[in-house]
Amino acid sequence: MSMLAADDVGLVHSLGRFGIHLLWHPSLSAQCGAEALAILEDAAAGRVRVDALCVEGAALTGPDGSGRFQILSGSGRPMIHWIKAIAAHARHVVAVGSCAAFGGFPAAEDNPTDAVSLHHLLGQDFRAQGGLPVINVAGCAPHPGWLVESLAELALSGTCALDSLGRPRAFADHLAHHGCGRNEFYEFKASAARPSDRGCLMENLGCKATQAPGDCNIRRWNGYGSCTDAGYACINCTSPDFQDPEAPFGETAKIAGIPVGLPVDMPKAWFVALAALSKSATPKRVRANSHADHVIVPPARLPPKQP
Amino acid sequence: MTTPSRLIVGPFNRVEGDLEVTLDMSAGQVQSARVTAPMYRGFERILAGRPPEDALVVAPRICGICSVSQSVAAARALASVAQVDMPENGRLLTDLMLACENAADHLTHFVLFFMPDFVHPAYAGRPWFAAAQRRFTAMTGEAARSLVPARARFLHLMGLLAGKWPHSLAIQPGGVTKAADSGERIRLLGILADFRHQLEQVLYAGSLEEIAALDSRAALDQWADKAPLDRGDFRLFLHVARDLRLDRSGRGPARFLSHGSFGLFPAGVSVTGKITPLDHARVSEDLTRAWMDGPTRPNADKDGAYSWCKAPRLDGLSFETGALARAMVAADPLAGDLCGPDGGSVEARVVMRLVELAKLVIAMEDWARRIRPGEAICVESPLPLHGHGLGLVEAARGSLSHRLDVDGGRIRDYAIIAPTTWNFSPRDAQGNPGPLEQALQGAPVRDGETTPIAVQHIVRSFDPCMACTVH
Repeated sequence: MSMLAADDVGLVHSLGRFGIHLLWHPSLSAQCGAEALAILEDAAAGRVRVDALCVEGAALTGPDGSGRFQILSGSGRPMIHWIKAIAAHARHVVAVGSCAAFGGFPAAEDNPTDAVSLHHLLGQDFRAQGGLPVINVAGCAPHPGWLVESLAELALSGTCALDSLGRPRAFADHLAHHGCGRNEFYEFKASAARPSDRGCLMENLGCKATQAPGDCNIRRWNGYGSCTDAGYACINCTSPDFQDPEAPFGETAKIAGIPVGLPVDMPKAWFVALAALSKSATPKRVRANSHADHVIVPPARLPPKQP
Repeated sequence: MTTPSRLIVGPFNRVEGDLEVTLDMSAGQVQSARVTAPMYRGFERILAGRPPEDALVVAPRICGICSVSQSVAAARALASVAQVDMPENGRLLTDLMLACENAADHLTHFVLFFMPDFVHPAYAGRPWFAAAQRRFTAMTGEAARSLVPARARFLHLMGLLAGKWPHSLAIQPGGVTKAADSGERIRLLGILADFRHQLEQVLYAGSLEEIAALDSRAALDQWADKAPLDRGDFRLFLHVARDLRLDRSGRGPARFLSHGSFGLFPAGVSVTGKITPLDHARVSEDLTRAWMDGPTRPNADKDGAYSWCKAPRLDGLSFETGALARAMVAADPLAGDLCGPDGGSVEARVVMRLVELAKLVIAMEDWARRIRPGEAICVESPLPLHGHGLGLVEAARGSLSHRLDVDGGRIRDYAIIAPTTWNFSPRDAQGNPGPLEQALQGAPVRDGETTPIAVQHIVRSFDPCMACTVH
């Protein structure tokens, strides 16, 4: 549903700019029932060209491998059958969202529906007709731009650079931390202690933005937003297994008082040393504001120069 | 070609999630209908055993379209365990987020899910057909070209307050995590002013206040007739509804349920026009026809079952929920006039949804003005190790409840009843149909139809969310 707001113009128009036409979409198409089923049957038999099969949601293989936890309505056959059949003919296969990409919440804990990712369903060696593995537009929800731009890239160049987990590098080469509006609090390790504090969310409130792939804070969501700017932790929703964290989502997992999840590529000792140093250098303004829900100490101004 | 006596309709699109409808027909009419939710998800099991606060992360992810409603229900359930109340500012900001989702969903439903029905070739030649085609052809119609962007810019309110839509953690048991400073308050008012303008120009061709003031069938008819039928999409719908007699189509159970919302709509039930308080303790879920052996134990081979949806009942009776139900429980004169003694109809559901949309935007402008930058938005809400909580909310499509038991600092039991679980429930132990099953009885089926168009109107008039239904 996040896609409906793509680029503030909507999914259909934002894709239309790149000559991409939706063959069938469960929320947007006119065709219902028998007419819709006919389109899917043509796609599964290779009778109609499918440039990209986009699947939202994990593949439910239960109970007992039957796939009956999700039957494609009107067809009597499980959704996993349809995914495999259409994927065999599609030029590209795109997993939209972390459930389709990595299993996500349906695959949490004891995995009541035997939910798996598309990559798992289609097999390790799966390559679509275009030569790429499953393209994992991860995120819960994924930013609409990630999907639109990935599909547009495929339409323009026939390929799409992917990271080691199949995520388009266009967004996965960034970290959610980049451009975070709380950067000054992060620099000084002036940490929020409770929800609604303006301070950095990493030390206490579970924020994983320094480890999470995504350009969330660079491009922004719904015009203005991001998770961290709205005062809550990045939960690393673009990564496998984000649904089963070591600590409650809103708490930072720590060992001996030091967060377990430090920035991915920084030596731990240096991080701890720099954190201690920057904490001791924290301006009063930054410390005071980190524990408030609005700015209580504005930046100091130099007195105007006397003529 | 004649229509067989049984039809299985699916995949049923322009609804949220997976839906199949089985129709038994004779004499050109649906005699009985079975509504099947063909997907099981198991979120209640995924919630069990987790720290209670994690419900704030997990529950919204049940659904991409009712995400904030799920957040508010989870936050209220936890707040009732912690025994905390939000400060006034936190409540205003929460109401703005919830109302934004509800209003955006109403618009999405009307423009993208429901109205494209009337571009069906079966309607070629109707006096309104050319206008419907121009405005509502799926994917390319003019209405979507202007109102989808208007909706996207309206959701900037979510960017500002919730960080993103869907799936925010900004709504907490004790308030919200993001204050609106004085500049942001102005931006909120700007977003609302733009949205009002789009609705008044395009959707209504009239002021929000004149839509909100409609108080009878006669007033509605008079409003519809005061301009040509293509002056505003709401008016176009009213003409379609009159021509196709959508006031007689899709009659529900004449029993309505609402949890109440925003102080605009009271909680209660309305049974054949009589309004009484709602006692949520008398709600139960019947599993007779659900592929479930227990509240969280699926059994795909269960005899006699035909849906993953449970059957919620209040005092053993089915209830319709949604914008129409909210209005009926509020004794709204227009809703009462449209329903009469026979229950909801396709027309009544759609009209009351659009009237509610106008009322919500008016209310949101007032709430945004009442925000006091600098005052508290959140109180701490430490949870006890043991407790019981109930969170009630009105999502766009109706009443949503979260009930949880906390034991030893973990969720022992989490039970969700979603709006469409009420509306699209299967039969119960007494054989009584769910509201949609009842509404489909008598729907006309034309010769040769495989996906009867009248059935499509009735199903979509409820604005179902199947993803929430089968959580």
